[in-house]
Amino acid sequence: MAKPRIKFPKTAKVGQVVQIKTLMSHPMETGLRKNKKTGKKIPRNIINTFTAVFNGKPVFEADMESSVSANTYMSFYFKVPASGEMVFTWLEDSGKKTTASRKITAS
Amino acid sequence: MKDRNKFQAVDRREFVLGASAAAIVAANWSGMGEAQAKGAEDLIKKLTGGKKVTAGKVTVKLPDIAENGNTVPFTVRVDSPMTDKDYVKAIHVIATANPTPLVATYKLTAASGKAEVSSRMRMAKTQEIIVIAELSNGSFVSGKKNVKVTIGGCGG
Repeated sequence: MAKPRIKFPKTAKVGQVVQIKTLMSHPMETGLRKNKKTGKKIPRNIINTFTAVFNGKPVFEADMESSVSANTYMSFYFKVPASGEMVFTWLEDSGKKTTASRKITAS
Repeated sequence: MKDRNKFQAVDRREFVLGASAAAIVAANWSGMGEAQAKGAEDLIKKLTGGKKVTAGKVTVKLPDIAENGNTVPFTVRVDSPMTDKDYVKAIHVIATANPTPLVATYKLTAASGKAEVSSRMRMAKTQEIIVIAELSNGSFVSGKKNVKVTIGGCGG
């Protein structure tokens, strides 16, 4: 999978609610398209799960199906409890996993 | 006369299946075919365990007309204090006329701070988008928006 683009603040106040944006390049193959030459169905291959875990605690999870557009864009919110690290994970139907992390300092 | 029969059919189904799922779908009767309505209804029943769904608290932001069905941006927001005792557990986005009606389920926690998620969906054709939110107290609320699609985008 490609490298994700993430918008995540570097600093925040404890208790502040911040917006997180992520963008992952991916065709999100629905499984409904046919190969024009062979006539065979192109199998489904999408990112089916996205998770955001902060200091080991789950914050947000997206379970996606084939109606999610290609190049998955997601925006969600996070109430910053303390300084720490957010780990983002994208899981594809094939089993491929991509992770990325971002640190934040809370005062 | 035709309309009267439709309402009778709904009443029978309501009696058999339970009020909530059928009620949501019946309320959106215009613009949906029988097969579509049944698919969305079954999905809602599965997601809610047949529990009552109250319309409200959910804002569904979508364009009135989607020029390109391949990527339709949306924002769903649930009115909730998002505290440890009262927060949104899950938000289900349902595209009633898509080959796979369930677009996504977003699972939130009290650490989310705000129950608002944005993403982009594919829409096969003009249809109603229904959003069901499950709250931490086990109850369900919903919102909806009808979107006109000029060019469908499910790749089928």
